[in-house]
Amino acid sequence: MTVDAVIVGSGPGGCTAADVLTAAGWSVVVFEKGRNHLIDLDDPTRLRGDYSNDELKFMHRHFLGPDPLLEPRTFRISTNDGEHLHVGSLHPVPSTVGGGGPHADGKLPRFREEDFHLLSARGPIEGAQIDDWPVQYDELEPYYAEAERLIGVAGEAGSNPFEAWRSGPYPMPPGAPMYGAVLSTASAEKLGYHPYPGPTGANSVPYGGRPACNNCGHCGFFGCPIHAKGDPVAPLQRALLTGRAELRPETFVSRLNVVDGRATGVDFVGPDGRVRTEAARYVILAGGAIETPRLMLLSGLDHPLIGRRYMVHFQTLVAGILPFRLHGHRGRAVTHLHDDHIVPDQAAMDAAKEAGLPWIRGGLVEHGGGGMPIMEAKLYPRGRAHKKLMRSSPLRDRMWTFTMQGEDLPQATNRVDLDPSIRDVRGFPVARLTYRPHRHEQVAAQHFGPRLAAILEDMGSTWTRVSTSPDIDLSDYSGYVSPVPASHHVMGTARMGDDPATSVLDPHCRYHGIDNLAVCDSSPFVTSAGYGPTLTLVALALRTARSLVS
Amino acid sequence: MAVWLTDDEYEILVAACERLIPEDEDPGARVGGVADYIDMMLGAFSFDPPRIWAGGPFSGRHGGTAGFANFHTLTELDELAWRTRIEGSEGRPEREYNGPVIGLQQRYREGLAALGPDFPSLSPSEQDERLDADPEFTDLLYEHACEGLYAAPEYGGNRDMVGWHNIGFEGDVQPRGFTDEQVSQP
Repeated sequence: MTVDAVIVGSGPGGCTAADVLTAAGWSVVVFEKGRNHLIDLDDPTRLRGDYSNDELKFMHRHFLGPDPLLEPRTFRISTNDGEHLHVGSLHPVPSTVGGGGPHADGKLPRFREEDFHLLSARGPIEGAQIDDWPVQYDELEPYYAEAERLIGVAGEAGSNPFEAWRSGPYPMPPGAPMYGAVLSTASAEKLGYHPYPGPTGANSVPYGGRPACNNCGHCGFFGCPIHAKGDPVAPLQRALLTGRAELRPETFVSRLNVVDGRATGVDFVGPDGRVRTEAARYVILAGGAIETPRLMLLSGLDHPLIGRRYMVHFQTLVAGILPFRLHGHRGRAVTHLHDDHIVPDQAAMDAAKEAGLPWIRGGLVEHGGGGMPIMEAKLYPRGRAHKKLMRSSPLRDRMWTFTMQGEDLPQATNRVDLDPSIRDVRGFPVARLTYRPHRHEQVAAQHFGPRLAAILEDMGSTWTRVSTSPDIDLSDYSGYVSPVPASHHVMGTARMGDDPATSVLDPHCRYHGIDNLAVCDSSPFVTSAGYGPTLTLVALALRTARSLVS
Repeated sequence: MAVWLTDDEYEILVAACERLIPEDEDPGARVGGVADYIDMMLGAFSFDPPRIWAGGPFSGRHGGTAGFANFHTLTELDELAWRTRIEGSEGRPEREYNGPVIGLQQRYREGLAALGPDFPSLSPSEQDERLDADPEFTDLLYEHACEGLYAAPEYGGNRDMVGWHNIGFEGDVQPRGFTDEQVSQP
């Protein structure tokens, strides 16, 4: 029996595609290599009770996967480093039903108009393959609006002077601001910046049959115990309730089958370890920007740009210690953002010029609290200092942080390929990442970092530190900051475009030359912008899936 | 009665953890049950289901039905990963697809032996000398001691939630959560 479509991956992209296709009457099978902790497969009206406020389980014991012993990845800075420098956990976006959705604190910004035509708007930068997207904001806007309704996004239209035009308000008003954000936004405003309530995929009022968020604070890294997060449970639930979608967790798709320029289905390894084949009229890859090119390469697809131009966000991390407590463990982890560093002002243009670059752009800045206690405890020295520091809590309860998700320029030398020696538990070569930031990212971090530090100092910080991930000089392997990028935002490894010579996918995210093979994740991104990728990849998935059924 | 450690190992572990997180005006690792956490981790597979991931969605401490004590069952792959991590690869091909892995049990058995049976009776400075002699093991021990003091008590440590109480942290708070005022006000 041939299903209408198989979808590889159950994250926000795959679930969105499943929703659109099943609504059009298609039969789909969704494969997910991780476990199901999200939804009752026998009765999809019921959500599971596996998520909890448990730091050990979610942050230290890989509950949502991937377990780095079972599914390691490898990393090197350049081909000069031999096979790899690092083996283990890398960009650990969860490997579980729901993908990256359950673990994130759900900041879901749109990109700006300019982000879709950066080459035309700002011009090229030497050493980077900056290009315009084959789709522009105006065409994508209705899909953005639909994505916000589908997931359930709380926000305040008009509060961000840099926001792209919107056809309507957010589906929900913003939730409660964190105390630290009340202070940091006041300082940011005083210094001329424009903070705003971050668009958040957590309910501020009951929405979609799920309750309002109750501010438990276990948000980033954690699944939501009361299912107040919408990403991507709503589209998955709708798809399953049509009776036309089947979800198969713990099932790894090992090969995409292509015959005479047509995808015919996939080979998969089920929980029993047996390899079987699923035949399908269409195949949709939605495993994320690392697993999607990995599967293409495992399947022998031969476009020379597969895996190339892998982008992350270059994070500038600015932390300040306040002389008073902020209880950053209450609330939605990050409630406020500012976009001022995405649109270069005169000072940024001057800094670029001084560095010999035509322009620099930073990224969205998250105003957030410190971490959780186990994470904090491990940072302090052992011995008599331990309990004293834990009580006064400089690195948790008195810490406020800015994370700038800096735009990372696309470079052909940054890539995902197959590691020559490391295997996953099922015996398949794992993804190897080769990544060195462009000088643009380093210059932008050096320019914007001190400006963010000045906000923390105005707020009252008595100790302020700027660091970056990856580390700016790429030499220090000790501690948290290293050449291995910590960002969970990965993009661009199967670029979309008009010309098969410079892109892997066509303007509707179908593989050039294989009309029934499409991608619904962040692999098609042409540039990385300075915004989290989820809402944009969901908007693209809506557009791609609609193009398949029309 | 320890789950996995011998009585002698357990006593060495208690003393070593207390040296890493000593009591001051508040209780330290000993009273916090940190050694019990580590022992339960090393002996996780003596339980069914294994004590790897506590259940959900609520502990019952702030309303709702208590679910943390109902640990998750493991899939075959989860079990493979956690047995490899705890027991080591032991020369089994299914655990050595990327080479041999030394398990936590072996590291503890050797690390505690190196601290010596007389460790609990040594002076603090002598204890520090022994701990400094194997920084890799001491780092591992400290990492686990931090987990043991501040993880949910269902994992065997954080006895009577002293770890959380001492730092003014409420731990898991669902399904009660925090009010908007508690989030936004000082």
